[in-house]
Amino acid sequence: MNPEFNLNINFLIVLPVLIPLSTVLLLIVFRNYLILSRVINLVGSFLIIFISSLLFIFANSKGTLFFAFGNWSAPVGIVFVMDMFSSVMLTIASFMTFCISIYFLSMIDTEREKFGFYIFFQIMIAGVNGIFLTGDIFNLFVWFELMLISSFVLIVLGNEKCQLEGAIKYVALNLLSSFILLIGIGLLYGVTGTLNFADLSQKIFQLINQPDEKFSFINNRALINAISMLFLVSFGIKAAIFPMFFWLPASYHTPPIAVTAIFSALLTKTGIYSLIRIFTIIFHFDLDFTNTIILVLAGFTMVTGVLGAFAQSDIRRILSFHIISQIGYILMGLGIYTEYSVTGSVFFMIHIILTKTVLFMISGLVYIKFNSYCIDNISGIYKKMPFISILFLLSAGSLAGIPPLPGFWAKFIIIKAGFESQNYIISIVAILVSLLTLFSMLKIWNICFWKETEVHTELVKSNFMSLKFSMVFPVLIIISMLLIMSIYPELFYYYSQKAGEYIMNYDIYIKFIFGK
Amino acid sequence: MLFFIVILSGLIFSVGLYMILRRSIVRLILGFALISNAVNLLIFISGKLIKGKPPITSENISLLKETHADPLPQALVLTAIVIGFGLIAFSIILIKRAYIINKTEDLDDLNTTDKIVVKNNKLK
Repeated sequence: MNPEFNLNINFLIVLPVLIPLSTVLLLIVFRNYLILSRVINLVGSFLIIFISSLLFIFANSKGTLFFAFGNWSAPVGIVFVMDMFSSVMLTIASFMTFCISIYFLSMIDTEREKFGFYIFFQIMIAGVNGIFLTGDIFNLFVWFELMLISSFVLIVLGNEKCQLEGAIKYVALNLLSSFILLIGIGLLYGVTGTLNFADLSQKIFQLINQPDEKFSFINNRALINAISMLFLVSFGIKAAIFPMFFWLPASYHTPPIAVTAIFSALLTKTGIYSLIRIFTIIFHFDLDFTNTIILVLAGFTMVTGVLGAFAQSDIRRILSFHIISQIGYILMGLGIYTEYSVTGSVFFMIHIILTKTVLFMISGLVYIKFNSYCIDNISGIYKKMPFISILFLLSAGSLAGIPPLPGFWAKFIIIKAGFESQNYIISIVAILVSLLTLFSMLKIWNICFWKETEVHTELVKSNFMSLKFSMVFPVLIIISMLLIMSIYPELFYYYSQKAGEYIMNYDIYIKFIFGK
Repeated sequence: MLFFIVILSGLIFSVGLYMILRRSIVRLILGFALISNAVNLLIFISGKLIKGKPPITSENISLLKETHADPLPQALVLTAIVIGFGLIAFSIILIKRAYIINKTEDLDDLNTTDKIVVKNNKLK
């Protein structure tokens, strides 16, 4: 390959961030034209998925793509790095972005559209893509803030009482997590004098291996461990892991269901993505300490999430608690820390982004027919919408892990990795949580879909508009993706394994950043 | 100087934390503003304060012989200040709207989104 061609490909990895940002500019210009802004949003989302699939093919053939801004080489300048892991995440995130953009067409009211809903949506996408691509820890913080502040706007847009209440909790805890992240970055910079992932990894390795100063109060290892815990707490809040998840069930059900769907697809996943990145490349020297904590937290996250779901009777809140429970599985893959388990985490991430979002979308369809999210007010969906019910059954089964749906393969990989690495307790917990998830999904299925009690006519007729094509179409795309994943899991497993390989062999990453 | 900034940062942290733990929403936001400033101070001193030395060397010097100031923490602080400013500005508008609509500034009253929806008895 000639060098010019290489240059061009490497420039392309900026596009997943540039495209949404330029879409934002267009949307601001045409903000008064509703139909035009819908079209711009759709085209922008389509361009992102086009570019990210293209990049996925390049990353798959070349291994890693790399772009240094302003041609400042690695430890000095900000870099964008695209290895297999970020590529997989980027592709699946932009796939969801596109599906949700179609879903928005009929699920977002014109009032919100007029107030710049799409603008903030696209800013959020830029932030998410930036998180997946960046190779610099302060830059990661900036993308997180970009994503957070636009998600703040999305969650309050509409100005309803519960939205504002949920938003206060969401904003407060996420602000706190951002500040903790900044403290971590500041201390890490003070200790190492660098911000680049690859450089940090090397500097910390040197720091750990050099002898402590004679009259120092704390040794280097303890210092680095303390800093790593700051990162764990900060990203833990963003990813909604065990002791820090309270903002999620308090706020996720307040905005319109389309917003909840995209939040569940992207926001917590960026937190867990950053955790996997940071705790493999940078903090990998004291596994006994960090990964034991991560494993314990993973177990508690799974259990509390699924138990929390039992008490709820609002479909959206049940699903919100399941987000937390499923995050636990991904965290467990990281905590076990073998190549196989991290592969499982990536596979699980792909599966959960698809499954969770489609569950929220289907509950949105149910809301249109029944005008309620409370499971006590809904019954006999199966009789009225048999097709939608089948779609729900497929995605709920996937969430619980019924073979051959993708949830089964994802859980199978992670739990097998757990047994292979002799983490028996957490693996057994994972299996039990899976059973409880099935129970919780069956509860929704039995009460809302199967049971045929008296129909609350006043509820049903109040909003009996028929489902539009743009509501059902994205659900169908995602479900077909899930079906492909269940029939042909080795394809997805192959890419997850490649991603897992890149995550665990961070030496390749480091060598690549510093130009071989 | 470094010592005083460390103490100051710690003090602002503790005041901010105290404010966050109050029940009033206004104090919550004030607490966040304070913590944001304490974090900025912390980043500021993370590059070690060096007095009277240039952060940038002239072109013909290839090796730094004397200690030079680290310009990066200042750049980071600027970014952090701008971001923190935006977040706090947004939160102030948010609590204002929340106060107008919920008519309370007590955080303990903002618990409706955490309540479990009970069966709609009206329909039975």
